Amino acid sequence: MLAIVGTVPAADFPVSHGTLAYTRGDLAFNGGPLEVQRGTPALMAAAACACSTLGLGAPYGFLVGDIGHGKGSRMLYQYLSEHIAEFACTTMVFHYLQPIAHWHKRVLEAVEALPSRPRLIADAGFMYAAKMGGQAAAYDLFTPDIGELAFLADENAPHPLCTRGFILHEAARLPELIARAYSHRNAGRHLLVKGQPDYVAGQEGIIATIGEPAEPAMEAIGGTGDTVTGIVAALIEAGYAIPEAAVIAATANRMAGRLARPNPATAVKDIISHIPRALEEALFEKGK
Amino acid sequence: MEDPRHGPAARVRTGCDLVIEFPLMGEVRILKTLADAGVKPESVVPVASPLLKPVDLYTITEFPEHLMVRAANMKITVDRRSLVIVNISGGGCPDVPFLAAAMTGKRLPEAPQPKDVGHTLCAYELQLAYEEARRRCLP
Repeated sequence: MLAIVGTVPAADFPVSHGTLAYTRGDLAFNGGPLEVQRGTPALMAAAACACSTLGLGAPYGFLVGDIGHGKGSRMLYQYLSEHIAEFACTTMVFHYLQPIAHWHKRVLEAVEALPSRPRLIADAGFMYAAKMGGQAAAYDLFTPDIGELAFLADENAPHPLCTRGFILHEAARLPELIARAYSHRNAGRHLLVKGQPDYVAGQEGIIATIGEPAEPAMEAIGGTGDTVTGIVAALIEAGYAIPEAAVIAATANRMAGRLARPNPATAVKDIISHIPRALEEALFEKGK
Repeated sequence: MEDPRHGPAARVRTGCDLVIEFPLMGEVRILKTLADAGVKPESVVPVASPLLKPVDLYTITEFPEHLMVRAANMKITVDRRSLVIVNISGGGCPDVPFLAAAMTGKRLPEAPQPKDVGHTLCAYELQLAYEEARRRCLP
């Protein structure tokens, strides 16, 4: 089972879990509607689309409301550390949670105590917590953007806001930043760096570069990084090797963008509806 | 819990100062609480290294009708003619989707500011991008 962990921007949304389904532009969580604007619901919608296209069962979501106080995130961290063994997770994605290193450690300990260790993907705040806690190498895949990669590359930075001046957020220096993140063990076993172009990398360096199709407006659209993480998670759950899954996901996300004919004001929801066709085309292009 | 009050490290000391240690993620909310109480900190520095400072470089992307400003890993995109905030992207803390929902679709002069409704360092990043967008778009 593919499990997705994250938050919704509401103060009164309790810790909840249930199946995810995406039908005709609408996301359902545990049988009820869940609005897709950006963030974890966008990741969930993309993953549900991709799972359906790949013939997999519906993904499973763990959610809580958090508007930045961290209260909801703490409740979800606690729930997962106490109950994760009750769920048969084979792939887990951790997303927009308040980065709290000691709670991250407790969740990771609970996951690593499972009889069969799931494949682990981290993005957004949970990825920050993994790096802050010095446990990045426990993850199979990180999916940073360039600003987050600079944070991973700076062994002293406590947050992407505070990277040191000599570590510039420049696309031309991405290979250097990737090497630096690995040299300090601050990256997952694989990286899918979201940008123009996207990079797939591992300890050995850059494995693949994906730059086409290119839609410059995609960078402005909130949620397009979340959708690529959702697609790659579904492909990993389907059994694709992580580098191959990352290349297909990056390509499919770009194709979905191209099909949506986006401008900087486009909503991510209008791109998600194109993921099934885009993923089929990306798989065909790769001979799958 | 350990007492969060300390004396400052020599490198950031300016006099008979008191240091209050707090989780970095809560910076915006804590500064707001201090401001409400009429207290203005001499400086705010990460404990790991007082030399670490917030990113102050902006990346500007010009689209035909829109302007995108990136500060660290937060981006704000504005329609230059209507001044409407059309998208907010990036970040990793849970108030980012909350801020995006609160600000998107509103005009720059009327939108709520991240420093007033956000709580985390990602909100602070977005505030920097927002201020730069205002500087570039408003007369």
